[in-house]
Amino acid sequence: MNGVHAHRRDLLWQQVAVATPYLWLLLFFLVPFVIILKISLADPVIAQPPFTPAVGEDGRLGVSLDNFTFLLSDKLYAVTYLRSVLIAAIATILCLALGFPMAYGIARAREEVRSLLLLLIVLPFWISFLLRVYAWMGLMNSHGVINNLLLAIGVIDVPLKLMYTDFAVFIGLTYSYLPFMILPLYATLERMDPDLIEAAQDLGASPTRAFWDVTWPLARPGVIAGCLLVFIPAIGEYVIPYLLGGPEALLIGRVLFDEFFVNRDWPLASAVAVVLLLLLVIPIVMLQRNQAKDEEGVT
Amino acid sequence: MKRSSKFILSTLVFGYAFLYVPLVLVVVYSFNSSRIATVWGGFSTRWYGALLGNDQVLDAAYLSLRIAVTSATFATILGTMAGLALARFGRFRGRTLFAGMITSPMVMPEVITGLSLLLLFVSLQQLIGWPGQRGFSTITIAHTTFSMAYVAVIVRSRLAAMDESLEEAAMDLGGRPLRVVFDVTLPLIAPAMVAGWLLAFTLSLDDLVIASFVSGPGSSTLPMYIFSKVKLGVSPDINALATLIILFVSLGVLVAWLASRRASPP
Repeated sequence: MNGVHAHRRDLLWQQVAVATPYLWLLLFFLVPFVIILKISLADPVIAQPPFTPAVGEDGRLGVSLDNFTFLLSDKLYAVTYLRSVLIAAIATILCLALGFPMAYGIARAREEVRSLLLLLIVLPFWISFLLRVYAWMGLMNSHGVINNLLLAIGVIDVPLKLMYTDFAVFIGLTYSYLPFMILPLYATLERMDPDLIEAAQDLGASPTRAFWDVTWPLARPGVIAGCLLVFIPAIGEYVIPYLLGGPEALLIGRVLFDEFFVNRDWPLASAVAVVLLLLLVIPIVMLQRNQAKDEEGVT
Repeated sequence: MKRSSKFILSTLVFGYAFLYVPLVLVVVYSFNSSRIATVWGGFSTRWYGALLGNDQVLDAAYLSLRIAVTSATFATILGTMAGLALARFGRFRGRTLFAGMITSPMVMPEVITGLSLLLLFVSLQQLIGWPGQRGFSTITIAHTTFSMAYVAVIVRSRLAAMDESLEEAAMDLGGRPLRVVFDVTLPLIAPAMVAGWLLAFTLSLDDLVIASFVSGPGSSTLPMYIFSKVKLGVSPDINALATLIILFVSLGVLVAWLASRRASPP
């Protein structure tokens, strides 16, 4: 009798352990997206809250696609989405170009150095993101450290315009997201057997060839994970373009923020979010597939 | 081989310089007595004094710390449950949706998470009158939601790397599943839970965008305060604040690293 009771209690506990986080995520993650979708189909009104109800007082369904047709017809939005994707893609490539050799070097370092090198990659991640972006403002100002240095050694006569440019945004994105690229790359490169490269070279492959034929294919899960971990959040980035980018160079995160807070057009902001989400569905699904495949490989 | 290792070494040097030079400069300039943050005017600690006399900063920091401790604790409890469910409970109904919901908040752009949660809170307020005021509670809920994902992933990967034989042995010896979880599994994953808590704590302290959406008038977190100042340009008291945070975090991480090295010699 006692055993049956105990067993039932254990099962109950398991159900609680699943149900609690499940319900939390349903309420605070999934339901909010349904609400965004709902409000993106409403019209803005001057009221509190500032949008029309989905079911009007006359009982009719108040659904309109106006926000989406507006987004599609106004060239500004299309250009902004495109620019955001492009800038995120370039930042991803920069992170990969710098992160791959770094991850490779860390994975091949001696054991006792390796954990320190990894620690130094993770450490900036624990320091406020906002303050790390801020650090670059002092560097790239027209009277900042870089310009003062270049002026002092006589490379330039007038300060370079570094701040408030796309260049500054690329620096900021690469700087902030580099750890996200290096960590998954390191994880796959560390698992790789260095004898494989040696074997390839013994068999007559040049270092370049050995890299493209052996290292790169084996590192691919890490490359995919790293690129997506940088690319996806970079598309919607708000702080970096705001602080480092020029005012004319709009990115979609900023547009969403401004539609909401400045123009107080909640339905349009929601529509901007829905379209952004649609753009991100494919990379997010790719990331989850990649992760699942990686886990199968480990266990 | 020689040439390629030289290339790797120089990227490592460049990469680490790229990561650390800006931070070092912030620390150096925080001791600059000049009001113009980029011109060196001699050594001084006046900005630290100004910081301690600034009630706005202290209030914001206090609010941020309260939110970070609370949300990290909730996130650790919920995330550990989720990690256990995904790693140990086999297949259950809705598992695919669950796994998807766990990992998505980690990559979701902050503007979307922030907007969606604010709209939820506004709708809830209309429906049930809660939350009457946005601030501590709404920011805590938002932070719990995205940081529990990180805890779940850390706990889950720890469980995946861990041999199930210890738990099986405990079961074979007659331990009931619930007891086995508390007596065997949880102590084994405790380091992962601690790491998860610390990560959740940091993520909460770090967040600007989501908090800006879900907070109400009058409740400013530390990042919100910093952002409002930084928007106007480089300022010396922010340098001082940044230095305190950099030193505090570096010291904490270094101590944790040394402790973990001593605990598990190579």
